[in-house]
Amino acid sequence: MGVLRRTGERTIAAQRSVGLATEGPAADEGPRGLYADPGLPDRIFRGVARGGGGLVLAVMLLVGGFLLYRAWQALDRAGWSFLTTAAWEPDAGRFGIAAVIVGTVLIALVAIVVAVPLAVCGALYISEYAPPGMRGTLISVVDLMAAVPSVVYGLWGLFFFEGAVLPTARWIATYLGWFPPLGVIGADPRDPLATETVYTSSTLIAGIVVALMVAPIICSVMREVFTQAPAGEREGAYALGATRWGMIRSVVLPFGKGGMIGGTMLGLGRALGETIAVYLIISPVFQIQWHVLQSGTSSVSSLIALRYGEASPFGMSALMAAGLALFVMTLIVNFVASSIVARSRSGAASDA
Amino acid sequence: MTLAPESPPSVAEERRTVLPASRPRPVEPAGERRRSLALRRATDTYALLGSGAAAASLTALLFVWLLPFNGVIGFLVVAYALFLGLYALLVSFDEDGPTVRDRLAGVVVRTVGLVMVVALAFVIVYTLWEGRRALPHLNFFTEDMTLAGPLDPLSAGGILHAIVGTLEQILIALVLTVPAGLVCAVFLNEVPGRFARFVRTIVEAMTALPSIVAGLFIYATAILALGIGKSGLAASLALGVMMLPIIIRAADVVIRLVPGSLREASYALGTSRWRTAWHVVLPTARSGLTTSVILGTARGVGETSPVLLTAGFTAEMNADPFNGPQVSLPLATFEFVKSPEPAMIARGFGTAATLMALVLLLFVLARLIGGRAPGKLTRRQTHRRVLASRRDAERFAGRTHTRTHTGTGTAAPAPAAAATSPAPTFPVPAVKPDRSTP
Repeated sequence: MGVLRRTGERTIAAQRSVGLATEGPAADEGPRGLYADPGLPDRIFRGVARGGGGLVLAVMLLVGGFLLYRAWQALDRAGWSFLTTAAWEPDAGRFGIAAVIVGTVLIALVAIVVAVPLAVCGALYISEYAPPGMRGTLISVVDLMAAVPSVVYGLWGLFFFEGAVLPTARWIATYLGWFPPLGVIGADPRDPLATETVYTSSTLIAGIVVALMVAPIICSVMREVFTQAPAGEREGAYALGATRWGMIRSVVLPFGKGGMIGGTMLGLGRALGETIAVYLIISPVFQIQWHVLQSGTSSVSSLIALRYGEASPFGMSALMAAGLALFVMTLIVNFVASSIVARSRSGAASDA
Repeated sequence: MTLAPESPPSVAEERRTVLPASRPRPVEPAGERRRSLALRRATDTYALLGSGAAAASLTALLFVWLLPFNGVIGFLVVAYALFLGLYALLVSFDEDGPTVRDRLAGVVVRTVGLVMVVALAFVIVYTLWEGRRALPHLNFFTEDMTLAGPLDPLSAGGILHAIVGTLEQILIALVLTVPAGLVCAVFLNEVPGRFARFVRTIVEAMTALPSIVAGLFIYATAILALGIGKSGLAASLALGVMMLPIIIRAADVVIRLVPGSLREASYALGTSRWRTAWHVVLPTARSGLTTSVILGTARGVGETSPVLLTAGFTAEMNADPFNGPQVSLPLATFEFVKSPEPAMIARGFGTAATLMALVLLLFVLARLIGGRAPGKLTRRQTHRRVLASRRDAERFAGRTHTRTHTGTGTAAPAPAAAATSPAPTFPVPAVKPDRSTP
């Protein structure tokens, strides 16, 4: 980015110097003042461009401002209990985002924990291991998968994956259930005939489906960064006798660290805001549910999709407040990501 | 059991990298040995195959005889862990520590990368495969759902209304967002300053806006406050709010990649700003801009949540996006699969497959148009450029010719000089005029 910005500055300098020729004969008295006469068409162009930018800015600020304004009614009434209440009954005055935020964050965390190893290995394979003839195809395939609609992932999760993962969920709950987040309340691991419905619609299933959704996004950011690792340093590492993995560990990964973190955060932002795939899979509960294998969880976006239709004006305001909380969360994640990427070496041209 | 050959660090002779398999090779008459340049040796393949077989049989032993485990996924996980351990052991017989780590990392990266691609491909293939029951019915693409209830077979009813709705909504959204987005991207790059930086920050922030919140915003403003009613227009507004930052962001990146030297050359020739933007920057970035718009479109076409809140749902054909609810492909998928009837679920998968085909089409279009760096031309463009430049050369040559031979009758101030020197000094006529036809 630094290079590009510098190019921009040079361009400004060049634009300014255009005006030099129109300068009068006052050149012999000290340094000449630099000024550019843009002319009428240029002034119109600049006005139109500014107007376009201003219009977009206005739309964006309108969205943010309106959200804040409508959310304020609900936030004002609920106060700090908005953050600590788990129930969602806005018309009875008892509502808060404790349950939905915990659900959202847990789903996103499961998604990231599953997606990042997949994405790192996929990106390393494409940039370092794949035969050069296949590289272009693989890049296209991964980019295409990043564009697959989320409802498709939701369908897959609902009709195929949920059934396929139940034995594994049960196995984990049986043998690793001593670790509290993996335990399941109401399941008897010693009973071979016990129903498996306590394992359906869980955070884990939603998280894995979202992981498949965000993995190609993370992968394509990381791949972009890995391929930019300087060839000189790669060859240097090989010349010093490094194996391929030694080269990757000492050149590619340190160079791509910023891009890896940035890509992960970008995926996290997408995972936090994902609606339809999660909505299709989970069965909503409004209590803090930190057993990831237990049936029933909730997320902010599925709460909105679930409750917007029947909401009273005040309920709408409460939903806006929940949406605002989600927006603020993704906003923080995105800004942290872009600042990490901008500060690292690899941030030069990555798209995070 | 043999020991790993990494231990004795004593003699410098022994520290040379010697391939274990090639030690006793006979010396050729010239005194040099022919070296094998292949990156993959037979021992590598043996180690892979051997550890794979050993891991599979060990896991089978564990699962069948020793432990109370079952399930396919558990089998695969245990087998994979055993495979890694055995492979490391086998390689360590021949190689030193760093090489073992290299081999292990190579295997892990390859398999996990493969798992990712296979899992994603499986998601897509599964949807297409499940859509196989609905897609062969031609009426699926030519009828709407007015006359088809949940219990009707697949030979009645279709998704024409959803296809029309999707196309209209995305078209309106594009008409609203593309001009605004492109002007804003040009503004960010061509009129730099504090204001542009501020706008860029805000746009970057708005890419974080969850799509459901964009839908909620339009629902609260356009539908509840302004009373537009749930319609295709409201859905396109919601899609527009969601797509605008994405398109601006992508177009901004593309325009930023236009080489500064091109702009400087243009300014150095005395071109004004708008001409530079219009004739240099935008044509250079055209393919990238098209790609960014198409990819933004692909994002918008598949997005369900903003449409869910704003478009309403109908089983009837509604070609008027301004009045009445209008359904779109992702929304129709979503509504179909909520039904427990197998025919409706099959319709849902068919709709999802159609949607994916649409996204695939957009994506292929984007690859065909874009994918080239700014300033790179296709063969046809190069050809057209060459033809134009030949025409120019011919025109110049023709003009010099008339100036030279029609003599002093023209008003040009140069004819006297031109008449004295019949061979023009500038290099334009180097291209012969008769070669101008291709």
